Order: sequence, then structure tokens, then C-alpha cells
Amino acid sequence: VSAALHRRDVVKALLRDRGDILVVAGLGSSAWDCTAAGDHPLTFPLWGAMGSACMIGLGLALAQPERRVLVVTGDGEMLMGLGSLATIGAQRPRNLAVVVLDNERYGETGMQKTHTAYGVDLAAAARACGFVKARVIRKSTEIASMRSDAYRGRGPLFLQVKVRPDSPPLALPPRDGVYLARRFREALLGRRPKNR
Amino acid sequence: MPGKISSARRAAAIDWPAAIYRALKRNRIRQVSYVPDAGHKGLIELCHADRGMAVLPLTTEEEGIGLAAGAWLGGQRAALLMQSSGVGNCVNTLTLAANCRFPLLMLITMRGEQGEANPWQVPMGRATPETLRLGGVKVFRIAQGADAFSRVSAAARLAFDGGAAVAVTISQRLIGIKSFQEKR
Repeated sequence: VSAALHRRDVVKALLRDRGDILVVAGLGSSAWDCTAAGDHPLTFPLWGAMGSACMIGLGLALAQPERRVLVVTGDGEMLMGLGSLATIGAQRPRNLAVVVLDNERYGETGMQKTHTAYGVDLAAAARACGFVKARVIRKSTEIASMRSDAYRGRGPLFLQVKVRPDSPPLALPPRDGVYLARRFREALLGRRPKNR
Repeated sequence: MPGKISSARRAAAIDWPAAIYRALKRNRIRQVSYVPDAGHKGLIELCHADRGMAVLPLTTEEEGIGLAAGAWLGGQRAALLMQSSGVGNCVNTLTLAANCRFPLLMLITMRGEQGEANPWQVPMGRATPETLRLGGVKVFRIAQGADAFSRVSAAARLAFDGGAAVAVTISQRLIGIKSFQEKR
């Protein structure tokens, strides 16, 4: 069954009226999707360090236990950091949700198939690692409950969304990492974080 | 001779893991992640016993660089513990420190140095300081237990006040060698 969902629609629905959630966007298409949904100081998009999105989310979730942290990344990026599912599972942060936009392709490098195209089951891996809930979302009718899980469900949550392998127009976030980190910290902690 | 120990023995008697732990506390480290090394055993136990620290085992060392970046975005300070063989795993992920000027404090126990009995540890051990430097990491070294507190404190200041990636390597001579003596 080929996926029906478009990645841009999914992320727009996920990040609309986002309240005070903190977002880490994995490199490539997921970062462009988050930018297309609206560049935001409390989104930290990655341009490199492939495989790190979930770990950045974990460090943030531990530092900010009262805030909801959402990692939005792709299947290729998630596969490179598969061990981080075990590291998260060992900690079980209640405020962390991981959304994987799974198009079964390496979208930035020529649409080569990823392991999920060969049947590797990421949600099952997350479940085995101790994620409280791990779902696969395939239909537009499931978007509302996915969003509810992402914002309010007890974490760690793993939400794998099967999306079409399409390439929507680029929507690039700022590229300057110092700027991205500083604006995130200022928006979260204020201009002069004390005792940090 | 009773009551008389050499200066080398006296240096070894300094509780350097406790000194590093004090330096981490003094510098308000709240998240400690590690891939364990026998040389870090004492420090890892001290950190686990501290309810004011989140202490996490990693599956591979580069996870700790991402964790430290996330901690900093969220207003906390992190430290990353590993042995020298883990430095090679970190190379690409060091781009986080280089591009975002995230503070990074790494404490690295050395293998492949004086007394090493496992030749598989030697190539990465030899390459460790240069690999770190090529990745943009400043390298400090602890050769004697008496230096542990001051070196780690200086590294933490440079990392967190200076927005730098800093590694402190801990000499194998200080840690002691792994013997590989089979029980008979």
C-alpha cells in the first residue's frame, strides 16, 4: 500500500498553534518541512550532525522537564541514530515525542531506498527500546490523534508517519548555527540566563 | 620501608576521580553521559550517586555531543565521559560544536599509551589528540592526580564561558594498565 499522506501537510497540522512546545528538526526535508510550517525561534533545525536529532531532543527534554519537546525527523536520520532510541528508552522522559516522517527514501541524495523500504520496522524498535507508545500513522483521519499524542501523551512517544516520497519546494531555515542556538536560548531562557 | 612512599606513589594515591567530580559540581554540570571505561569507573559511580545530576549511559559516544547541545539549548551544562577509542566515533558530530559554538566538555581516559597490552587500542589512542584538534576541540591533559581539579575546572570555564569544545585527556599511567592476566 503506497502512502497517501504528504509530508508538508502532516508537519503543518502538527505545528499549527504550537503553543510553547520546543522543536528539534532533523536535517534535510524534515527541517524544510518545519520551516515551511513557519520559521520559529523555538525550532532548532539541523544542517548536519546526521543521527543527532533525537539526542538533542533528549538533552533538551531533561533540561526542561516542564516543557514538551518534539523531535521531527526523517527515517534516514533516525536510522543513523538508532542507538539513541535505546538511550532514550533507558531514561524514559515523559515530555519527549519523536515524529519520524517516513518516506522510505534518502530524499536529499537521490531518493535511494532506506531500510524501512526493505521492511525494517522503526516503531517496533522504539517499542522494544521502552517507548511508552509507538504508532504508525498512515491516514489523514489519524492526524488529529497523532497531534494529541505528540502534545499531551505520556512520553517517550514514537510517532512514525508514512508519507509519500515527494520533494516539495525547498523552504530553508537560517544556516548560521550560532544564530539558531542563540535565538533558541533567548526565546526559552531570556536574554541573560542567570546561573547557567 | 614503612612510613615512606615515593613521590610517584603519593601522586597515585590522590583520589583524582573525586577531584574531577568536585570540579564538575563546582561548575554546575547537570547532565553526565558516558560510554564507560574502567578508568572512569569511580567518577561514574560518584555521578550516579548524585541526585542533582542526570547520568546516562550511551550506546555510542557521539550521542553525548547531541545530548550536550540539547542540554545547553535548555539551559543546562553537560559533560561527556569516554575512553580514547570513542573519539573516532565523534568526528562528524563535532560539527555541532564547530558551527553553533555549543560548549562541549569531554573527559577522555587514554588507552594505547604506556603499558598498553592490547595492540588494538593503540591506533586510536595515538590518533586521539590530533583527531580532537582537527575537529576543532581544544585538548588539555591530566598526567598527575594533583592536576585533576584544576585542569577540569579550567576546561569547564573555557567550554561554558568561552563557547568552546574542550577535551581533557587522562593519561593511562594515572589510570593504571589493564593486565589481561588469565586466571589459572
